[in-house]
Amino acid sequence: MSQLTDMTLAQMRDGLRAKTFSAHDLAEAHLTEMEASRILNAFLVETGDKALAMARESDKHLEAGTARPLEGIPLGIKDLFCVKDVPTTAGSHILEGFSPPYESTVTQNLWHDGAVCLGKLNMDEFAMGSSNETSYFGPVKNPWRRAGSNQDLVPGGSSGGSAAAVAAKLVPGATGTDTGGSIRQPAAVTGIVGVKPTYGRCSRWGVVAFASSLDQAGPLARTVQDCAIMLKSMAGHDPKDSTSLKVDVPDFEAAMTGDVKGLRIGVPKEYRVDNMPEEIDALWQQGIEWLKAAGAEIVDVTLPHTKYALPAYYIVAPAEASSNLARYDGVRYGLREAGTDITELYENSRAAGFGHEVQRRVMIGTYVLSAGYYDAYYLQAQKVRTLIKRDFDEAWATCDAILTPTTPGPAFAIGEKADDPLEMYLNDIFTVTANMSGLPAISIPGGVTKDGLPLGLQLIGKALDEETLFRVGGVIEEAAQFTAQPDVWWR
Amino acid sequence: MTTKSPEATTGQKLIQGVTGPWEIVIGLEVHAQVSSNSKLFSGAATEFGAAPNSQVSLVDAAMPGMLPVINKYCVEQAVRTGLGLEAQINNYSVFDRKNYFYPDLPQGYQISQYLQPIVGEGTVLLDMPDGKTVEIGIERLHLEQDAGKSIHDMHPQHSLVDLNRSGVALMEIVSKPDIRSSEEAGLYVTKLRSILRYLGTCDGNMEQGSMRADVNVSVRRPGEELGTRCEIKNMNSIRFIRAAIEYEARRQVDVIEEGGTITQETLLYDTANGVTRSMRSKEEAHDYRYFPDPDLLPLELDQSWVDEIRLSLPELPDQKKKRFIDDLGLSPYDASVLVADRERAAYFETVAEGRDGKLASNWVTSDLFGALKKSNLDVTESPVSAEALGRLIDLISDNTISGKIAKQVFEIMFAEGGEAADIVEARGLRQVTDSGAIEAVVDDIIAANPEKAAEVATKPKALGWFVGQVMKATQGKANPQAVNEILKKKLGG
Repeated sequence: MSQLTDMTLAQMRDGLRAKTFSAHDLAEAHLTEMEASRILNAFLVETGDKALAMARESDKHLEAGTARPLEGIPLGIKDLFCVKDVPTTAGSHILEGFSPPYESTVTQNLWHDGAVCLGKLNMDEFAMGSSNETSYFGPVKNPWRRAGSNQDLVPGGSSGGSAAAVAAKLVPGATGTDTGGSIRQPAAVTGIVGVKPTYGRCSRWGVVAFASSLDQAGPLARTVQDCAIMLKSMAGHDPKDSTSLKVDVPDFEAAMTGDVKGLRIGVPKEYRVDNMPEEIDALWQQGIEWLKAAGAEIVDVTLPHTKYALPAYYIVAPAEASSNLARYDGVRYGLREAGTDITELYENSRAAGFGHEVQRRVMIGTYVLSAGYYDAYYLQAQKVRTLIKRDFDEAWATCDAILTPTTPGPAFAIGEKADDPLEMYLNDIFTVTANMSGLPAISIPGGVTKDGLPLGLQLIGKALDEETLFRVGGVIEEAAQFTAQPDVWWR
Repeated sequence: MTTKSPEATTGQKLIQGVTGPWEIVIGLEVHAQVSSNSKLFSGAATEFGAAPNSQVSLVDAAMPGMLPVINKYCVEQAVRTGLGLEAQINNYSVFDRKNYFYPDLPQGYQISQYLQPIVGEGTVLLDMPDGKTVEIGIERLHLEQDAGKSIHDMHPQHSLVDLNRSGVALMEIVSKPDIRSSEEAGLYVTKLRSILRYLGTCDGNMEQGSMRADVNVSVRRPGEELGTRCEIKNMNSIRFIRAAIEYEARRQVDVIEEGGTITQETLLYDTANGVTRSMRSKEEAHDYRYFPDPDLLPLELDQSWVDEIRLSLPELPDQKKKRFIDDLGLSPYDASVLVADRERAAYFETVAEGRDGKLASNWVTSDLFGALKKSNLDVTESPVSAEALGRLIDLISDNTISGKIAKQVFEIMFAEGGEAADIVEARGLRQVTDSGAIEAVVDDIIAANPEKAAEVATKPKALGWFVGQVMKATQGKANPQAVNEILKKKLGG
């Protein structure tokens, strides 16, 4: 064990309990890495003092034998989560300088279980993006580069800061949010694990809203087990969120039995899209073989409305966003650009405060909700959503989880797709269905491209059946033996 | 006022134009603030008159990441109101966002109910002064958030915003376009307020803005299609509602009769000048982009819960009126007067408890209400409690005092307080029923007026003069019945 920061979250937990090192040591080690790796632009705020204070508190608990589940584990927090008295911008200029006087439920749950806050992580503005390039505070760089290339690649998005920080070992785990793939896609292209839980599993209270009916918080970490440990602490019913589910949180870690014998894994033919890179297809085939070898039964399933999912998603999500972002008006908090009257104040503040992608989505959303267009767009998209849910319901009659690739390709270069929103939106093609249906899904590193870039496999599960995802995900992880590491060029 | 309007004399509700009669068609949207200590989607307080921005939660201020959680008590109040309006209760309803920008609307949208409201069609009955009943249909009732308040006249450069009202629960009660005159509109608001107060779901205080109305007015020639309507916004007085309708209907008739057309627009009523003014035209109308609020699940009610609320409903004005007429023998008019106000009805019922209903009604509607009106007091502020008035009436019934003396006692009670029996004792007002004592007085008066006594044989009415003399001599304390009997016995007739 060369460095404390090389360990998995589970190893850190064990080391802390065995008093091999202290929570303070662990926090310091990570803060040092963070400071040395600022070129990645993963962190928007480093909360060093807070981290050390929390670590000291954790050490007291460890000393007293009252360690809580995440005692002393340092974590990074996506900047969409409000952390009390710590700047929270959602990657937007319009919230620059805003520090919430309240703590999101998810982060509160983490601190309650003893976790230590390292800082706030960069992200696409208001979680709108698949490359982290829409952040007002500049793009995050993927720790991974193509073999023999110095070109900077994107870490995916919108939880790009979270994924990069985990992949570069600045943090053992980070929170993310996933509205259309924003946890799984960055996890896949940075070679880590990301989980989007069932809609309603984690509270949305205190998380800056993008698209309320799709947003769901989840963990990003380097192993399936680490994600299981984190999710256990993040999840739980919250009476402050009306869409939060009133269900017990299972022991996700215990669900990882390593045994998938007899489990039926569905493979949906509709995910074999046109022009799918051969490497993606090969990885998918490899995943099927691994599970077959482990004793799972592979079944063909059909999800006929898959092709409508992405267009419908790009109606529902902007529609909700156009309304959710109306509160950023320059009146009460955040950026205010003066005007001669109130309309001008709105226009100036929102024009200066929102980036192009956010403006594009606000306009699309406003359009699809407008009188005369509502039925043709928003209502139609909601019908598609119902059909997508029904597709999955029917598939569950013959399978227990569904295996697909996570993304249609590996990380791309910064700037490569920035001018083509449609091309950018295609990144979500395999991930949006889980958001549209509210189902849980996980991305696990499966292998690398011939250029040495990581690729991910996605498992989609039944509602509230994250346990099966951790169980099957653990088996894929074991079979894949994904040991590739990015060359450390950033420090 | 009603006697001057043409409808009262003709029995029609039409107004006369140069070219002939016109019918006014009115629909009302009443915004009634739910009586609740906390807001519709947050725990913040709702008390009226608090310091600006002192009752604002993170949700009400629309801070990032804040979420609404429905206040079950407000839902119960809406259901209770729906039941009181004999309306359809929708066990499945949906909250929608109504999107528009305004500084006193922090979220940039109002949470309301659009396509699927919590309450559907119902009915309100109006008791017209001529004794007829007019039925006004209720289209729907839905729950929604109130906005904050913008103040434009406190600072030379800035507008100020008070978010205390932001998020307060409102019931929007929409009538069908069944109302045909300003008088009916006034009676409708009065009746609705009375029902809400009986139910305890809204305090109906229009001055404090707990009840406001948007008034839709159009005119048409009798029998023709509905005309284009204009909406007069935010009225908070019944008197102004009536005046605004009168003005607006006349304006529309004039425009049409002069060859113009009515354009659909939103109006404000200028109370100082008694005219309506355009606020915005249809072209400037907002596109509210309603869509279901994804932060809230559809509202699903248990039928058993609705049934429980139904069982807990108080007796409402219409039922009470019927009972007062059928069981207590009151006239429809007196019954209407008594039930119009929940407190008045309660006062009367306490007085009438175990007593003669008509007698109680006479005392309450004429003596008490008259005295209260003169002193500008509400029934809840009455110096004479219902119990005390009841005991005064008992003194009449058991012949301790006469009705005439009772009025005297009531005046003393109203002015100085005190218990009827004590006042009667202290002032020696007890009725003389001892026939010996009365006989002695009668004998004296007959002896002093022999020629009058002789008259009685031929003119029985002259007996009345003797009754008056006896009462005068006894300062009204003689039992009139006993006086009559003794006089008849002595003088015949």
